[in-house]
Amino acid sequence: MISVQICNEPVSVLRRALAKKEISSVELTKLFLSRIEGIGAPLNAFITVDSERALAEARAADGRIAKGEAGALTGIPLAHKDLFCTEGVLTSCGSKMLSNFVSPYDAHVVSLLKKAGAVSLGKTNMDEFAMGSSNETSHYGPVHNPWKPGYVPGGSSGGSAAAVAARLVPIATGTDTGGSVRQPASFCGITGIKPTYGLVSRYGMVAYASSLDQGGAFGASAADCAALLSAMTGFDPRDSTSLDRPTEDYAAAIDAPVPHASRPLAGLTVGIPDEFFSEGLGDEVRAAVESALAQYRALGAATRQISLPNARLAIPAYYVIAMAEASSNLSRFDGVRYGHRTAEYADLSDLYCKSRSEGFGAEVQRRILVGTFVLSHGYYDAYYLQAQKLRRLIADDFKRAFTECDLIAGPTSPVTAWPFGAMGDDPVKMYLADIYTTPVNLAGLPGISHPCGFDSAGLPVGLQLIGNYFSEARLLAAAHHFQQSTDWHLRRPANPA
Amino acid sequence: MSRADWETVIGLEIHAQLNTQAKIFSNASTAFGAPPNAQASAVDIALPGVLPVLNRGAVERAIRLGLALGSNIAPKSVFARKNYFYPDLPKGYQISQFELPVVQGGILTIRVGEGEEAYEKPIRLTRAHLEEDAGKSLHEDFHGMSGIDLNRAGTPLLEIVSEPDMRSSAEAVAYARALHALVCWIDICDGNMQEGSFRCDANVSVRKKGDTTLGTRREIKNLNSFRFLQQAIDFETGWQIETLEDGGQIQQSTVLFDPETGTTRMMRTKEDAHDYRYFPDPDLLPLEIGADWIEQIKASMPELPTAMKARFEHSLGLSPQDASALTSSKEVADYFQATVSAAGTAQAKRCANWVMGELAARINKAGLGISAAPISPAQLAGLILRIDDGSLSNTIARKVFEALWNGEGTSADDIIERQGLKQVTDSGAIEAIVNEVIAANPKSVEEFRAGKEKALNALVGQVMKASRGKANPAQVNELMRRKLGS
Repeated sequence: MISVQICNEPVSVLRRALAKKEISSVELTKLFLSRIEGIGAPLNAFITVDSERALAEARAADGRIAKGEAGALTGIPLAHKDLFCTEGVLTSCGSKMLSNFVSPYDAHVVSLLKKAGAVSLGKTNMDEFAMGSSNETSHYGPVHNPWKPGYVPGGSSGGSAAAVAARLVPIATGTDTGGSVRQPASFCGITGIKPTYGLVSRYGMVAYASSLDQGGAFGASAADCAALLSAMTGFDPRDSTSLDRPTEDYAAAIDAPVPHASRPLAGLTVGIPDEFFSEGLGDEVRAAVESALAQYRALGAATRQISLPNARLAIPAYYVIAMAEASSNLSRFDGVRYGHRTAEYADLSDLYCKSRSEGFGAEVQRRILVGTFVLSHGYYDAYYLQAQKLRRLIADDFKRAFTECDLIAGPTSPVTAWPFGAMGDDPVKMYLADIYTTPVNLAGLPGISHPCGFDSAGLPVGLQLIGNYFSEARLLAAAHHFQQSTDWHLRRPANPA
Repeated sequence: MSRADWETVIGLEIHAQLNTQAKIFSNASTAFGAPPNAQASAVDIALPGVLPVLNRGAVERAIRLGLALGSNIAPKSVFARKNYFYPDLPKGYQISQFELPVVQGGILTIRVGEGEEAYEKPIRLTRAHLEEDAGKSLHEDFHGMSGIDLNRAGTPLLEIVSEPDMRSSAEAVAYARALHALVCWIDICDGNMQEGSFRCDANVSVRKKGDTTLGTRREIKNLNSFRFLQQAIDFETGWQIETLEDGGQIQQSTVLFDPETGTTRMMRTKEDAHDYRYFPDPDLLPLEIGADWIEQIKASMPELPTAMKARFEHSLGLSPQDASALTSSKEVADYFQATVSAAGTAQAKRCANWVMGELAARINKAGLGISAAPISPAQLAGLILRIDDGSLSNTIARKVFEALWNGEGTSADDIIERQGLKQVTDSGAIEAIVNEVIAANPKSVEEFRAGKEKALNALVGQVMKASRGKANPAQVNELMRRKLGS
């Protein structure tokens, strides 16, 4: 008889239990499936749950384990954000447009994780085409924050974050274009990492903004993220922006011995950007982040003030570039070859207009329109080119900063989760909440968010660490050492939803 | 005012389909003629999540063209998205190059006209850029609906843009032909115009002679034969001149040529032209071409037609006309060179005459390409050597040529042997025939003696006939004169 408590265990414990045959992957899969059907149902974290397929994969995993052929994640349940293409399974991107799209192929990430032996329970809810910071734009309805029903889980990978936080699944994939892994991780009190641009193949990841999109990993802890990320990375010749470099075992890297066990972060310099602690930062978020920074110092890290003077320009630069690319990336959804096609149309133009007006929600249409505008003749220089210049300035800020420090720390979001509808009809207000995450995407750097406290409403606060290119191991190790000495990552929502 | 007061200004944009096995951004086959959509991969139909990967073979071909035209090969060029909606454009954008094309500048020297009138003219290239082709919309057989065939989607194209340097349809056709020959010569395009492998758009404007500013142009789209190119430009030129002379104005626009009527008609004006919203494609890194790659390709380039033409003139002593004609296509040049190498360079002029004369006429008549001629360069060389050593008269040589063409023997010598066609130079044998002819034609003999030169030709002809063409005509002539005492 297995304990329900096993659902709270980290991946390393689950792996050991599977290896020792204390539990089978089928049992583990059934346990999590029953949580999804039960306590998870009101959260609306999943768009598709494929129990049969999951159990078949679990049985195959048990077979591999029995033969001693287990891979890194063999038998471990996970979930994919619903913009990773999964062969034979609905891949909706949270949109009516793709509500009938069953992908004929697997994304690179999906096939890597299949090879590693992970068992996919299903596809998680998300903001439509990853456009949103609250998961409220999904065609399949909003996801509830497991810490407080009626509150947003963050976005766009809100379903994955909520599912991991509510222990409906131990680990989940996400994508991060402007904070879509880190911000929902922060809102849901879990850990989420967005690696260096180019580390995770984008092949089969439905594009929002190609130069910013990057696959990422969610787990309760940095250690779980490390286990998942290690299996997601690797050169893919089908993605021209994929980087051809040896893969790293992040799980092994974070367990590497340190000289002084009590001060594992000795020698690490953490830069604290003034700009991340100025106007707009909530008091309770500030307090939680500052006490976490004190803990980093207690672990041996040195902190120093740094400046990222152009970071404030990240929001306009980000939204111009992301929307420009999105307006073009989403042109393929025209109702001709797949996806939603309007029932009746007079001619070709009518087919396009109706199919796209019916298939796309308001936020997606807004971004397509803005993106089309900023690329238009006569406006291109003032918007798109200008945004590219800002992008370079922001990247230069980080380059300079990393001559003075090893990592950069600050809040992941200026606020904690908000109630559904709180942003009202003002999209810009919500865009501004991405102030600390978007500069990282613009520069292509890796970033991680881990829990570091709660506000007075009981909602989680996240701390973001930003590293230099390819410093995923260092980021994960820093977060891991923090988590070894704190228990924020062990807190679970009392009664999710 | 008359037509002579006007000047036509023409620039061409030519789409050459590159002869790679796979498409430019996917690994689907580019072979022509497959069933609809049989060669459309996930990338070609633009499934969600798929990404383009550049085929380096297409880049290599662009570099070859740049090297052949003396262009600048951009060390860094950029792929851009050209955004517009159409059912045969699966992504809703075409991947092309906009601000930074891979090939920049260059010159193609053309030869216009024939004989004394012929002249050479350098035409400047603006650029050549890589892009993908769209699919095809099929409007027949679908009962009011349209079918989409995406086999062609993603086929690599090189769009080659000239400066407006041409001043007549003849120059435009000469340029298009020279470029066509060049892309085939350097083996980057199969040149098949029926299958759309080489398509021309012509930008045409007119202006008063002496004007230095360009008139407003109209672009004639999709001309897929040299004849249509010429007809379309001629019609368009006349139409523009008439319009202006009637006090009208030319509106910048895109027009279509109707081969049925030989006329052009307006498709769209500049006002309703698309805003393509070009921007760099974030899915593709900038295309970087190192000097070492260029050097490597340079080493694999064949001798170019201009260099070969100069060599034919200087080393083989051919006239510029002959050298030009023999380098008009790779096949002709290859055939000629093989013939010369078998016959020896001393026979170059004779080889040139036979390749451009008898052989060209015969393959034209048969509707064949020179590489499909049933007579090999070695066989032709064998024939030429027998002319050179006096074994064959030109008349008999043509018979041997015909016999070779018809496969009646393996070589000229074989046919001479089998058919007993060797030229008779035995003066005794010829003298006997001459005597017979003189005896049998007293009337002609009398006329000749009375001063009628032509009568001699008739007598010589009789001798040639009696010898079944094997007598040496010069020898017969000389003997006849001597016999008739002139």
